[in-house]
Amino acid sequence: MDTPSKTITRHRIPLRPYLLLLPAFLCLAAFTYWPMLQVFLASLTDKKRAGDAGDFIGIGNYRTIFTEADFLGALANNALYAAGTVIPSVVFGFLFALALRETTNLSAILRSALFFPTLVPLVGAAAIFIFVFMPDIGLLDYYLAKLGLSATNWLGDPDLALISLMALTTWKNAGYYMLFFLAGLQGVPQDAEEAAKIEGANWLQRVYFVIVPMLGPTFAFVVVIALISAVSQVDHVIVMTEGGPNNATNLLLYYIYQQAHEFYDLGKATAATVVTLILLLTLSFLSLRTMERKVHYET
Amino acid sequence: MKPERSGYLSLGALLAAIMCAVVFLWSTPFLWMIVASFRPDGFGGLGMASLFPDFVPTLKSYHYAVEDGDWPLWFMNSAILVTGTLAVQLVTISLAGYAFARIRFPGKDALFYLFLLQLMLAPPVLIVPNLTTLVHLGLYDTLLGVMAPYWGSAFGTFLMRQTFRTIPKDFEEAAIIDGASWWQVLRHVLLPLSIPGLTAFSIVSVVYHWNEFLWPLMVINDPDKMVLTVGLVSFAQGAEGASDWGLIAAGTLFIMAPLFIAFTAFQRQFVNSFMSSGVK
Repeated sequence: MDTPSKTITRHRIPLRPYLLLLPAFLCLAAFTYWPMLQVFLASLTDKKRAGDAGDFIGIGNYRTIFTEADFLGALANNALYAAGTVIPSVVFGFLFALALRETTNLSAILRSALFFPTLVPLVGAAAIFIFVFMPDIGLLDYYLAKLGLSATNWLGDPDLALISLMALTTWKNAGYYMLFFLAGLQGVPQDAEEAAKIEGANWLQRVYFVIVPMLGPTFAFVVVIALISAVSQVDHVIVMTEGGPNNATNLLLYYIYQQAHEFYDLGKATAATVVTLILLLTLSFLSLRTMERKVHYET
Repeated sequence: MKPERSGYLSLGALLAAIMCAVVFLWSTPFLWMIVASFRPDGFGGLGMASLFPDFVPTLKSYHYAVEDGDWPLWFMNSAILVTGTLAVQLVTISLAGYAFARIRFPGKDALFYLFLLQLMLAPPVLIVPNLTTLVHLGLYDTLLGVMAPYWGSAFGTFLMRQTFRTIPKDFEEAAIIDGASWWQVLRHVLLPLSIPGLTAFSIVSVVYHWNEFLWPLMVINDPDKMVLTVGLVSFAQGAEGASDWGLIAAGTLFIMAPLFIAFTAFQRQFVNSFMSSGVK
C-alpha cells in the first residue's frame, strides 16, 4: 500500500491523473469517439459526399444495405474470412511457439524466419502473391505440377479466391502471434508441467490440460488482435482482387471504401461502418472480458 | 537411464527436422522473392517460379527499381511518418499508463474501458469521418494528418500499464522518501525499468506504420509527400502490366530492407523485449 501521507496529497489534488490522461484522451476523442458519433449521425442521412448537408432519413440506409446483395455478401465474406484467418494463424502461432520454446541457436534462426513475413508490407506481399497464385507459371502451380497436380486459377475462381487471401493472411500473421505465445509460455511454471508428467500425462495431455488453460489470457488477446486485423486490413483486396471475382473477396472495409470513394454514397458507407463497429466491439468485448478476468487473478 | 536419454535426443532431433521442413515451406515465398530479384530474365518466363538460382545473379532489377521510383523521397517521408508517430505515442502512453497503473482516482475503471474501446476500433474502419476531421483541422494532405489519429494508442497505454504494474512499488517509495516528485519517479525509476515494454511497443508501432497503406493513400495527394507503400503500389502496377516480377520483388525488398536489417541485428533483444514486456 502507499505511504499514508502520499495518499492524502493525492486525494487533495485529484487533477493530476486526469492531466496525465489528457494528451492520449484528446487524440482518442478527436479520432475515435467523435468520428463514431459522426458516423452514427451521418448513417441516418442521405448524404452523398463529405460536404453535403443531407436530409434525415432514419434507418433508411440500414434498410437499403440489409437488402443489398453486395453488402450482405461482404458481411458473409468477412465472417468466413475472419474464421479462416483467425483460427489457422492463431493455431500455427501457438504450435510454432510450442515447438520453438527452448532458446537454442537453431530455434533463434527458425523463429526469425517465421517472423519475416510480418515485416513484409501487406501491399508488397500482395504484389508478390499475385505471382505465387498465378495459374500454371506461378510459384504454387509450378511446384504443384511437379507433384502431378494440374493448374488452378487461385485468384480467378470465385470459390478459391477468398481461400487464397486467407492463406496469404495466415502466412503473414502466424509468426507475429508466435511472439505473443512465446512470451506467454515464459509464464507457465515448470512445476505444473513436471507434476503433470509425474502423474503420467503424455505430451498432448500436458499441452491441452496444463499449457492451454494457463495461456488463456494470451489466447484471448491474440484472438482479439487477429479479429481486428481481419476487419481492418484490406490492402491485399485492393491490390490483388478489387473485391472480385464476382464479389467473392469483397470484405466489409472494402465495401465501405468503395461506397465512400467510388460510388459516392456516404449514407450507405457510414451505415456499413456502424454495423462493422458493432460487430467488432461485440466480438472483442467477449474475448477481452475473459482476458481481464484472468489478468486480475494474476496481479 | 541411457536408452531413455537417447530416446529423448532422437525425439528432439525429429522435432527439429520437422520444424526445419515447415519453416522452409513457410519461407518459400520469401526465398523466391530474393531469387527472383536477382534473376536476369525478369520478364515472366516459364522458369520464373524456380526457387533455384540457376543463373548468374544480376542487379538489373534493382537498377530499374531505382530508376523507376523516387525512393529517397519515399524513404524520407516514411521515416518522418514513423518517427513522428512513435515520438508522440511514447509520451502519451507513458503518462496514461502511469496514471492507470499507479494512481487511484474516481472514474478510473470507466476511463480505462473507454480507452480499451479504441483497441477494438482500429482507425482504418473510421476512415470516412477521420478524413472529414482532418479537413477541418487543416491537416488533410499532410504527413501530420497521417500521424495524428495514432497519437493516442490504447494498445500502448494498456501495454505500459501492464509493464508498470510488474515493477515493485518499493523502488518508487524509496525515491519518494528521498524527495522525488512524481515526474522524477516516472522519468528516473519507472521508465528505465520499462525498457522492454517500450521497446516492444516501438517495434510494433514502427512495423505497423512503415507498412501501412490504405490510410496514407487516402490522406496524401501530393506526390512529394508519398510514403513507401503507396509509392510501391503505383510502381508495381506498371511493373505488373509488364509482368516484371523481378522488379516488384526488388521494390518490396527495398521497402523491407531497414526493418529486415534492424530485426536481424537485434533479433535476440527483440524477442526478449517481447517476452519480458507486459504482453502476456
